[in-house]
Amino acid sequence: MSLIEFLQQLINGVSLGSVYALIALGYTMVYGIIGLINFAHCDIYMVGAYIGFFVATYARLPFIPALLIAMLGSALLGVVIERVAYKPLRRTTNINLLITAIGVSLLLENGFNAMFGGNPRTYPGDILKQQTVMFGPIRSDALHLIILGISLLLLVLLNLFVNHTKMGRAMRATSLDKDAAALMGINVNTTISMTFAIGSALAGAAGMLVAILYSSLDPYMGMMPGIKSFVAAVLGGIGLIPGAFVGGIILGVVETFMAAINSKIAGAVAFVILIVILIIKPTGLLGKAVKEKV
Amino acid sequence: MLKIQNLNVYYDAIHALTDINIEVKEGEIVTLIGANGAGKTSTLRAISGLVPAKSGTITFEDKKLNGYPAYKIPYLGISHVPEGRRIFSNLTVMENLQMGAYCRKDDAGIKKDFEMVYARFPRLKERMKQRGGTLSGGEQQMLAMGRALMARPKILLLDEPSMGLAPIIVQEIFHIIKEINGSGTTILLVEQNANMALSIANRAYVIETGNIVLEGKASDLLQDDSVKQAYLGG
Repeated sequence: MSLIEFLQQLINGVSLGSVYALIALGYTMVYGIIGLINFAHCDIYMVGAYIGFFVATYARLPFIPALLIAMLGSALLGVVIERVAYKPLRRTTNINLLITAIGVSLLLENGFNAMFGGNPRTYPGDILKQQTVMFGPIRSDALHLIILGISLLLLVLLNLFVNHTKMGRAMRATSLDKDAAALMGINVNTTISMTFAIGSALAGAAGMLVAILYSSLDPYMGMMPGIKSFVAAVLGGIGLIPGAFVGGIILGVVETFMAAINSKIAGAVAFVILIVILIIKPTGLLGKAVKEKV
Repeated sequence: MLKIQNLNVYYDAIHALTDINIEVKEGEIVTLIGANGAGKTSTLRAISGLVPAKSGTITFEDKKLNGYPAYKIPYLGISHVPEGRRIFSNLTVMENLQMGAYCRKDDAGIKKDFEMVYARFPRLKERMKQRGGTLSGGEQQMLAMGRALMARPKILLLDEPSMGLAPIIVQEIFHIIKEINGSGTTILLVEQNANMALSIANRAYVIETGNIVLEGKASDLLQDDSVKQAYLGG
């Protein structure tokens, strides 16, 4: 592989990784705040792609408004799922929540299949122009760069929100200790809803971006990216926001290079990484074993 | 100021508190002493809305607190330093204190109270940027108290501030509690360390298996034979 090829692949890898990071953030934030692996998260990604598709196709909205509507719709869906399906079970064992999450996932996938059919659809061709961009000798696809740019922008905004606003601090405090957070005057239910809203909005954005990139969307499109992003979240350290970012980028880059070498094994990379990380460092790259001081 | 009347609390079938009556008047330090599992923490958690009252009333400044969700309580002027401190271990010392002021909007006052807390606990100022979880036990207790003070409470509920601390640190903490009270904050103190608690309190209640068995002036209880035998090591 020449240096130029290497750099091209690197851009594609980071771009794919930033999409994984967007989805992984939802997994990790929800896990951080209610200790649930939200299996329906990958279907919110799918729904985001559909919402964007409908407003772009039938309302003829351009890219940015369609993206914002897709994010808003996904956020709403995430909040509704939490309120209707998860909140009533919050005080029961985690296995109940987990099974419910799988149920919600199946409901969304098969519900969309029943309503809109299983045939893949495509976004209108003019929503984003396919274009080749040259940086000297390095060729890149404008779509990859746009996806990378939007993902990075969303990640920076999220980081600012979580670390530098009162609501963001409340979110972190709630994920550490719900009772103590309530004693500070934080409405825990609102904070949990907000976490679902943000995570779902990011997933919805990712869904729309990927559906445009691969010019295809179908009711089951969330399954593989969902599992891979979950691996990314575990790789970085589940529950840790920077971990989701690091894990996503690493996974995207590794997978892209593996695909360049042998496309058949690329799909297995995520699972190999999952197994290795669970054996060597189950808390993830950025995770620390929690010690309590008395 | 704070009045608990005939309070009953259940955890499923377990009757944790039976007809508890406690009153705290403005400016006082009132202590609730008793053994492990007697119901001290449950009493505070009921005031803060973390556990529901089955019957009875809790009133604060003539407002009935029953049915208030926990997150609304600090807005009324009640700050609770929970058992085991429960600081936010991954947040910095400063962020922990900011969380304490979550229920306030007066930025100027919050800024002033940061200075007040740092003056009262100079070690927190030194460790401002450190994560709460890296502090020693005594410092964590100070952080938990500082965090509660950031709400500028009318009454401070303290749950076992001496737990797990070296005697010299306990002395320091109790000295600070006295100071906080001196500057106008009413205090309801729950303690297993009856000796220390009674030495700084105005009045005291003794709780045994969910029942108040004795109440009176703290100085009287310090001399009381049954209290001496049960809680003061003979």
